[in-house]
Amino acid sequence: MKPLFAGIKSRPLYTGVAIDHAASHHIWAVEGGGVSKLRAILTGDATHLLAASTILVTGDQAAATCEFYHQKQADSCHHMQTVQNLVTRLAVMLSTARMGLRLYVLGSEDFIGQVAATAQRQGIDFDDMRTEQCGSLARLVQCVHCKGMIDHVTTNIVPCPHCGIQLFVRDHYSRRLGAFQGVAVNAEDPSAIPTIEEIYK
Amino acid sequence: MSSLSAQFTVRVAAITAVAAAIKRFRLVSVGEALPPFSAGSHVTVTMKTPQGRTIRNSYSLMGNRHDTAQGYEISVLRTQNSRGGSEFLHDAVKLGNELTMSGPSNLFPLDRRGKKFVLLAGGIGITPIMAMADYLSEQNLAFELHYGFRNRTHAAFVDELAARYGARLVLYEQDQGKMLPMDDILRHQKLGTHLYVCGPAAMIESALAAGRRAGWPESSLHSERFQAAAGGAPFQAILTRSHQTITVGETQSLLEAVEEAGVSAPYLCRGGACGQCECRVSAVDGVIEHHDHVLSESDRAQAQKIMICVSRVKGKSISLDL
Repeated sequence: MKPLFAGIKSRPLYTGVAIDHAASHHIWAVEGGGVSKLRAILTGDATHLLAASTILVTGDQAAATCEFYHQKQADSCHHMQTVQNLVTRLAVMLSTARMGLRLYVLGSEDFIGQVAATAQRQGIDFDDMRTEQCGSLARLVQCVHCKGMIDHVTTNIVPCPHCGIQLFVRDHYSRRLGAFQGVAVNAEDPSAIPTIEEIYK
Repeated sequence: MSSLSAQFTVRVAAITAVAAAIKRFRLVSVGEALPPFSAGSHVTVTMKTPQGRTIRNSYSLMGNRHDTAQGYEISVLRTQNSRGGSEFLHDAVKLGNELTMSGPSNLFPLDRRGKKFVLLAGGIGITPIMAMADYLSEQNLAFELHYGFRNRTHAAFVDELAARYGARLVLYEQDQGKMLPMDDILRHQKLGTHLYVCGPAAMIESALAAGRRAGWPESSLHSERFQAAAGGAPFQAILTRSHQTITVGETQSLLEAVEEAGVSAPYLCRGGACGQCECRVSAVDGVIEHHDHVLSESDRAQAQKIMICVSRVKGKSISLDL
């Protein structure tokens, strides 16, 4: 069974993190594989940009990343222990922020989805964020039957840990939740379970 | 997709002079009930002049958005050098007269996800902005309203707005040397703020430029600048599909001349803002004077498209796919 890429308009496009020099402040939300991209684009000699940059980073390389940007005198760099901590910290920051800032999100699709959902609640339109998918394609999935959330889904079919239904992971995406839709794959015949493949590694 | 599809016959139920050269008209349906409308909507009013000409102009809607039995309200500035629509409404239309009006359409809708709204109005541009302030206040959403005008004599609704919105209203009287300080207004707004600006073209440009300077994304900058088409020297239009050659008069728009010839052309705003009336050009003897806000520079350079509601030809003729 192949993922349904074509024609799903709700699925976001991650168009890259080109720097917007018109912005008055830059906030970088970075996870795991996003670190190397961050280091490539926000280099140590970009003094002006660093002085206007706030970095929130989580994952294996978070400590080293923060040390680097402290040395390079970024406006601030925060090492967050978990994605949830990072998202909460970002929400607090954005709740008192001004127009003119630009949000850059670098990390797995799951991470981008969670950051974007929070940022949208604070008034940033998805299309105004700069996003780059780095690392895992693992998905956050919502079961449409019981509404339970399942994170780090890498397979085309996943059993819902909340209600037990075998879910087909669709490309149909909720920007409000930052999650993909999971729908019963065998509604007609509960004994039929198609081959499970790992396709969102 | 012509707006002619939903037309209402309306009776002029009230005419109020609200400022020098600005009159407010209340239009009540004589037949079918008027639908509720959203803030930022406009209607197209069809006028038949005593000389037998038909003029259609778009006006922003004001008044009660819910109880439309009381009618729609529009406010009209009497403009000089116009094609006669505003003059006709000011001078010829009397209480009890009937007019034809389209249903509402909205090309300037509020983004309801906004955390706060900055409304900027210049002169008669207050009309859609006033409907927005009404909606935002009713929904208890955060907004501020900045209103610039030449002087008190020429400014409509100042007392009404002041009574309703108090400190949320800031007035700028040009004759007193006060201009809207765009940078100061836009520099420190909270995240999630949306700008809505309506007024003269220069004012809109200056507001949008200030927003961009302050790092606002384009999706938060909203403007409406449609204005009635200006007249100009007459020229010929060759309608290739209907095999007609027509003359576009001095005080007529190209769209009006096409309609007068009995040819149906799509339109929506009649003010060069929406792009609905885009028409393919197969030949032009002269230069197209583009007055719309839709076509890009490269579109204009190619001279293969024209917005017939506001644009004209300086020269002899144009061939259109109509």
